[in-house]
Amino acid sequence: MVGRRRMPEELQQWQKIARQKAIDAGLDFFEVIFEVVDYNEVNELASLGGFPTRYPHWRFGMDFDRLSKSYTHGLSKIYEMVINTDPCYAYLLSSNSLMEQKLVMAHVYGHSDFFKHNRTFSHTNRRMLDQMANHAVRIREYQDQKGVEVVEEFLDRCLSIDNLIDLNNLGGVQRIPGIPDSEKQPPESTVFKATKIPTKSYMESFVNPDKVINQQRKDFENLQATPKKFPEKPERDVLNFLIENAPLEPWQRDCLTIVRDEAAYFTPQGQTKIMNEGWASYWHAKLMSEHLLSDSEIVDFADVHSGTLATPKGGFNPYKVGYELFHDIEDRWNKGQFGKDWDNCDDYLAKSQWDKKLGLGRKKIFEVRSLYNDATFIDEFFTEDFCRKQRFFAFDFNERTGQNEITTREFQAIKSQLLKKLVNFGQPIIQVVDSNFLNRGELLLIHSHEGQDLRGDYADLTLRNLQALWRRPVHIQTVLETKPTLLSFDGTQFSSKEVSA
Amino acid sequence: MSGQDGSNSASRTFTLSGIKRDHSRFKDIVRGKIRQNLKKFISHGELISRKGNDRVTIPVPQIDLPRFIFGDSNKGGVGQGDGKPGDPVNGQPQEGEGGEKKAGNSEGQHELEVDFTVEELAQMLGEELQLPHIEPKGSHEVTTKSTRYTSIHTEGPQSLRHFKRTFKEALKRQIASGIYDAKNPIIVPVKKDLRYRGWSETPRPQTNAVIIYMMDVSGSMGDEQKEIVRTESFWIDTWLRSQYQGIHRRFIIHDASAREVDEDTFYRTRESGGTLISSAYRLCLDIIHKDYPSADWNIYPFHFSDGDNWSSEDTKICLDMVSEDMLPLANQFSYGQVESRYGSGQFFKDLLERFNEQPKVVATRISDKEGIYDSIRTFLGSGR
Repeated sequence: MVGRRRMPEELQQWQKIARQKAIDAGLDFFEVIFEVVDYNEVNELASLGGFPTRYPHWRFGMDFDRLSKSYTHGLSKIYEMVINTDPCYAYLLSSNSLMEQKLVMAHVYGHSDFFKHNRTFSHTNRRMLDQMANHAVRIREYQDQKGVEVVEEFLDRCLSIDNLIDLNNLGGVQRIPGIPDSEKQPPESTVFKATKIPTKSYMESFVNPDKVINQQRKDFENLQATPKKFPEKPERDVLNFLIENAPLEPWQRDCLTIVRDEAAYFTPQGQTKIMNEGWASYWHAKLMSEHLLSDSEIVDFADVHSGTLATPKGGFNPYKVGYELFHDIEDRWNKGQFGKDWDNCDDYLAKSQWDKKLGLGRKKIFEVRSLYNDATFIDEFFTEDFCRKQRFFAFDFNERTGQNEITTREFQAIKSQLLKKLVNFGQPIIQVVDSNFLNRGELLLIHSHEGQDLRGDYADLTLRNLQALWRRPVHIQTVLETKPTLLSFDGTQFSSKEVSA
Repeated sequence: MSGQDGSNSASRTFTLSGIKRDHSRFKDIVRGKIRQNLKKFISHGELISRKGNDRVTIPVPQIDLPRFIFGDSNKGGVGQGDGKPGDPVNGQPQEGEGGEKKAGNSEGQHELEVDFTVEELAQMLGEELQLPHIEPKGSHEVTTKSTRYTSIHTEGPQSLRHFKRTFKEALKRQIASGIYDAKNPIIVPVKKDLRYRGWSETPRPQTNAVIIYMMDVSGSMGDEQKEIVRTESFWIDTWLRSQYQGIHRRFIIHDASAREVDEDTFYRTRESGGTLISSAYRLCLDIIHKDYPSADWNIYPFHFSDGDNWSSEDTKICLDMVSEDMLPLANQFSYGQVESRYGSGQFFKDLLERFNEQPKVVATRISDKEGIYDSIRTFLGSGR
């Protein structure tokens, strides 16, 4: 048994100071419980997504293998981990120097503040620690009953589609395992009932004339006669749709629910990567340089800080971009460089000296950290000035030379390239459109193609997994090399055919 | 900050067993993949060059969960830094039209390197080829003793004194007799408190085996043929090593005359002379008589050649030597004929004709790398 260690006395002192300084600076966070762990434990926690108790699955082992090897070979080192719960848990690597621990604490308070206030996390289950542990218990139980490999195979299938959730509507769906929602709803009436405007009986034939009632009856009968499409509207939350409608055994339904719950927990963190890291870096820099550093630590701090924000040649570092954007926003709002006057000003000189001394910067960045996610953050604040100052460029893969090459430094092109990666968290938008496709109970998904094709071999394998859940043939309509295509798997073989859009 | 509410109860204690289990499950899956493709690995010489001391590293493609993702997600993007349109990014070295052109851009395609011990490899080989375990001869005759510290004695040399146990005994005695003072906890052991480590001996049967590799290095054996021999001998070594505690290996090369060489020379030498197979067999028998009494040793002569011999008289001498001198001593006599453009392959036919009924003589023909798999199965399949 490896117990996590409480922090040594000195760190506890520094934690109190860091916490107080963070509060003074205006941060409002979930309390943070710090634990000191060694590199092996931090690698373990990182491969489990930060949670000490997860259900058994080989991919955690795979991540652990990769992290351990990468650490052993000196390629990477995880300084810190935070999990988004209330209270927050944060793990400090025991081999960090005192200066690094102080930095990490300040950084963590930034994250915790972000977790608490950012709108994207408003539906996040803050007791996920318990939830994950419960999931683990349930899955282990199923493994005991059904066999390790049976459950594992099924989980692989569920995980294969765990990106097919509605990223804009993660909240609300809390379900009881084993009972599909559809069974809880009363069946729709099949007997016609006229919609009448209430009135006195002698006015009846005037207010609700027979003509209208008959028309209603006719409409209703027509509606009854035409086979109803299900789902009525395209459904973004494919996982939820399957939970409710796929022919699953109770334990399978529960596994799928577990996978969906966990995906719904982790996804918002991916949607706010730039902001979250930028915000935490902003605060560790501020708190360290203003309060926590001793004179002798400054050089080391500068080294670590610049390492955190370093952009590999031609690369993209979310820490750096987020950090610089928050600084840019603060600066602009301090100087009043926003609004109609600013936008309409064409005078370069006037713009470069523009300073209305409004001092609204701090207030603005707190507002931004609450209301935006990466996509809206970039859309709103990634300005042409910022793009030029930070020397951004767009690149593309050149088939001829076999390498990525800079294509342009033109602002609009860069911004749209950047946003393309952020919309829907860089995932294709896929919806269920018909669960009775061809009137044969087959499942039809549609991929809203926006310029990028799906990866072919993965699409085939994913269809296979989907088919195993749905048990009838499954299809996905997409576009391959500019041709509308229907990919299908019927349980034994794949097919791909061109269709008219 | 004490975390009093129940929410963190799940995290109060945690063990590393969770990730260990996931990790070993992952390794099992990878191993399963390797086992599926073992046939491919067996005929690849590549593994041998990856051999460390007693570990072998096998590269396998990363396993992954398939998802609906964009096919070109690794291509294109936004970066920061210097450069003008047309410049390469990611600091990739500008390579020419090299063979590894694609290596740089496919970020998702990491390779996993999986380590195996030679025993694990042998076990997989055994399972894949369904090799029977070998019942060694001479096991009852040669034994070694191994010594392990397993017990605690009340007498012994000072160098083996067990400090912790001694201290414990002294503490027990002092507490029991009321001498112990918690405020001044000085423990003084007396003679009867002293404890010593004790050892016990377990006899272990020791079985030894010697593999004598013989190879024709006359002009007709080219590099391709030698590579096949090298790959075969790697797997033969791997398997026999897993069956015996001690393995000796000797190497004989021959053209018209034979000499003993080290392993490196064995695979590198190329002569241009004729071929007298009997010279190698004679040397082989000399080595056996001199160093490996057959009562104690399991003897495995392996001969690789392209099947050409100088004369049919010499072939007759060879066959006589095998049947009269070699077979009584050796567990099995193995002959691998590596087909080459120049060889007639006559020796294989002669050998089969003579020893058709003799199960201790195993001969195979290996036409190319793909043939290695079946050849190994034939060589090692008898469990002798």
